[in-house]
Amino acid sequence: MAERNFKIWRGDKKGGGFVDYKVELEPGMVVLDAVHRIQARQATDLAVRWNCKAGKCGSCSVEINGKPRLSCMTRLNQFPAGQTITVQPLKTFPVIKDLVTDVSWNYAQNKKIAPFKPGQKGPDGNYRMMQRDIDRVQEFRKCIECYLCQDVCHVLRDQAKKEKFVGPRFMTRLASLEMHPLDTEDRVPKIKEEHGSGLCNITKCCTDVCPEHIHITDNGIIPLKERVVDRYYDPILRLWRPIGSSLKGTSGLWEKIFRKDK
Amino acid sequence: MDISEIQTIEHDVLVVGAGGAGIRAAIECAKQGLNTGMISKSLLGKAHTVMAEGGVAAALGNVDKRDNWKIHFRDTMRGGKFLNQWRMAELHARQAPDRVRELEEWGAVFDRTKDGLISQRNFGGHRYPRLAHVGDRTGLEMIRTLQDFCVHQGIATHMECTALDLFLDNGRVAGLVAYWRETGRFVIFKAKAVIFATGGGGKAWRITSNSWEYSGDGLAMAYRAGAELIDLEFTQFHPTGMVWPPSVRGVLVTEGVRGDGGILLNNKNERFMFKYIPKKFAPETADTEEEASRWLEGKEGARRPPELLTRDEVARSIKKEVEDGRGSPHGGVFLDIASKRSPEFIRKKLPSMYHQFKELAELDITKEPMEVGPTMHYFMGGIRVNSDTQETSVPGLFACGECAGGMHGANRLGGNSLSDLLVFGKLAGEGAGKYIKKLQGTPKLDAGQVNAIIRRATDILNRESGTNPFVVQEDLQDMMQKYVGIIRTADELKKGLEELKRLYQDAGKVKAHASPQYNPGWNAAIDLPNLLITSEAVTRAALTREESRGGHTRADFYFESDEWLKYNVVIRKAKDGNMEVEKVRRDDPPEELKKIAYASLEELEGTKGG
Repeated sequence: MAERNFKIWRGDKKGGGFVDYKVELEPGMVVLDAVHRIQARQATDLAVRWNCKAGKCGSCSVEINGKPRLSCMTRLNQFPAGQTITVQPLKTFPVIKDLVTDVSWNYAQNKKIAPFKPGQKGPDGNYRMMQRDIDRVQEFRKCIECYLCQDVCHVLRDQAKKEKFVGPRFMTRLASLEMHPLDTEDRVPKIKEEHGSGLCNITKCCTDVCPEHIHITDNGIIPLKERVVDRYYDPILRLWRPIGSSLKGTSGLWEKIFRKDK
Repeated sequence: MDISEIQTIEHDVLVVGAGGAGIRAAIECAKQGLNTGMISKSLLGKAHTVMAEGGVAAALGNVDKRDNWKIHFRDTMRGGKFLNQWRMAELHARQAPDRVRELEEWGAVFDRTKDGLISQRNFGGHRYPRLAHVGDRTGLEMIRTLQDFCVHQGIATHMECTALDLFLDNGRVAGLVAYWRETGRFVIFKAKAVIFATGGGGKAWRITSNSWEYSGDGLAMAYRAGAELIDLEFTQFHPTGMVWPPSVRGVLVTEGVRGDGGILLNNKNERFMFKYIPKKFAPETADTEEEASRWLEGKEGARRPPELLTRDEVARSIKKEVEDGRGSPHGGVFLDIASKRSPEFIRKKLPSMYHQFKELAELDITKEPMEVGPTMHYFMGGIRVNSDTQETSVPGLFACGECAGGMHGANRLGGNSLSDLLVFGKLAGEGAGKYIKKLQGTPKLDAGQVNAIIRRATDILNRESGTNPFVVQEDLQDMMQKYVGIIRTADELKKGLEELKRLYQDAGKVKAHASPQYNPGWNAAIDLPNLLITSEAVTRAALTREESRGGHTRADFYFESDEWLKYNVVIRKAKDGNMEVEKVRRDDPPEELKKIAYASLEELEGTKGG
């Protein structure tokens, strides 16, 4: 049976390097299968996170041949036969061991986001929302928190501005709250200041790596940026605001131009 | 070891497991003002709940107004072959609608009806469209909602922290010893009450939809602490797991495919489920393809297609087709939705399935049929609990979700686990709160017990040499697959018990290399005794129950026995340390519930359900 060569990064926060392994292949294998085979027979202490093995939980994110991917959804037959596969941990987060990184920073960002605050229920005790009004929010809620978008975001990865920007994952989460038809909280001031919406320069790398194919930039980040612009920089709206009612739900020009339906 | 050097954390309540049941329980504890901690083997939001696809069952009556809790209760009892704990099934059916609406209040965004209410879909064994859902990623929606809500409730969440064992004070829970996966360091949690929400033990089988986490930890820890286990012979093999390619064998294919019109075919292109309609479901099941098609179109009076029979029936039928040589090329059968629904419909209602087959099997389900076969999926049995408080026979220990037994009887209906974890998660939180209020004095930590627990874990690292823990784990999986499968016989089960003796010995000799810091070999070695206890309990319970019912089928007792309906199989640790099995006579059901469970649909439809 055919074999394939792997280079897997082994080490911890003190340092490490690539170690060569050979794996026997069987039809349909994904990168995570190969890692498991190595773990079961050649290196029982090889650390890797995984759970569902079906692209639903977002645990097994690594960089494969330099690209951030879910290892459970990356089939080996998409690489040319004979090509060595390199597997290394996400670069944006500190290594714990081997392929496992410390992603606790992401959990801290989530906690900073003002929670969902629903309005009043209808007289029959039910909330009513129309499907067309939640399609967009449901797109954001497909997120499996694999943090591949966080890993590839220039602001976090290259500029190391983790204290200034929450990253694409949490911009998406903010968008899912801000566009939730029942939500009454106003997060725009925090999106501008604390969450750092201005730092994203729309290179769309996050969208490219999203395994759920969420239009992170076009449907999530840009509309949020626009709400900030509307609120703080639009001269007409600045005059109108004291007279007008709540600005929440205002949809602006960007949102109309870039709106991309699922 | 001087235990004063070990990190110690104190909580009123410690919840073990952060799937839906664990988080829901923790929320309820925090709501009562209790100092609440929650530990999970994985990161928050990655537990099994996230993989649930089809929906959460609750008689909201949004799609069909005739639905009410009584019919949900009746369906659940019939699906469970009347072995369910009556009170649990009642509480579940009554409370599920409020628990689902509550999730909406916390931000969940379920698919909608035309009127803007929570939409509901059809599922096996449910009389009406009853499953609130979000496409085929309902579990993700639920766990994310619970997760995002719980982080603002003042709950201390300890991630990647594995429980080792409980320690007791005079028979009462006093806390639990665990270790951090990241560092391998030990941590002592002192707690007045502990809630287990640890899920099942499906990882004891080779073909399973379960991940590495499902090693029966809660079952085994409860057992070692003296709690009783119930109904463990009832293991659910989900009828539709992927069978090809080999690396994804067992990965779940949601029942939603069949709920939304998918049909099962053998290699002769026969819709074989029509051959397998059991007598008791015949009056409510379509007997021609024509009638089944009318049902799909929503025509009045048409009965449900046989593909939507309960999971135990469908799994057995598939196995029979394959054994009789009518299977698909890779040892399953065909599940076809392409010929029944438009590509747009399939991509909208089953996006994860579309994606999963496209990426993992290079197959387009909008054009071709899938190949599917049974996969070990769920434990109906579990830790025996009080139906109202979820307390186990060990004071201060509570259990909810999959690790608790009784609610589902002999077979669980799809969608009833997501509602189970909400209803009983909340009740377990309430139960623990009440227990703590009445508790006299604070339970004391016993250094001897703590030391013994830690020594068991460190022995694995300190051995000079030993077997590879992954090899022992695979041996066990092959053994359970072979001897404790969908169809069982006394001979095979006895062989299984013999094999288990050898596996216990092997597990006692495993060695993990290198340091304890994020070491999967060591982690797997620690899980092994839990998997073994779980496997032994399932095998012994299966050998004891001499009948076939729901998720337990005996080839040598191929019938449902009225006599056995009177008993549960209960397992506990005997004084001599061996596993003790007891046939325990069940209480008679309350008259009113009995009336509902055996009523005709006409009698229940349109009643308000009180």
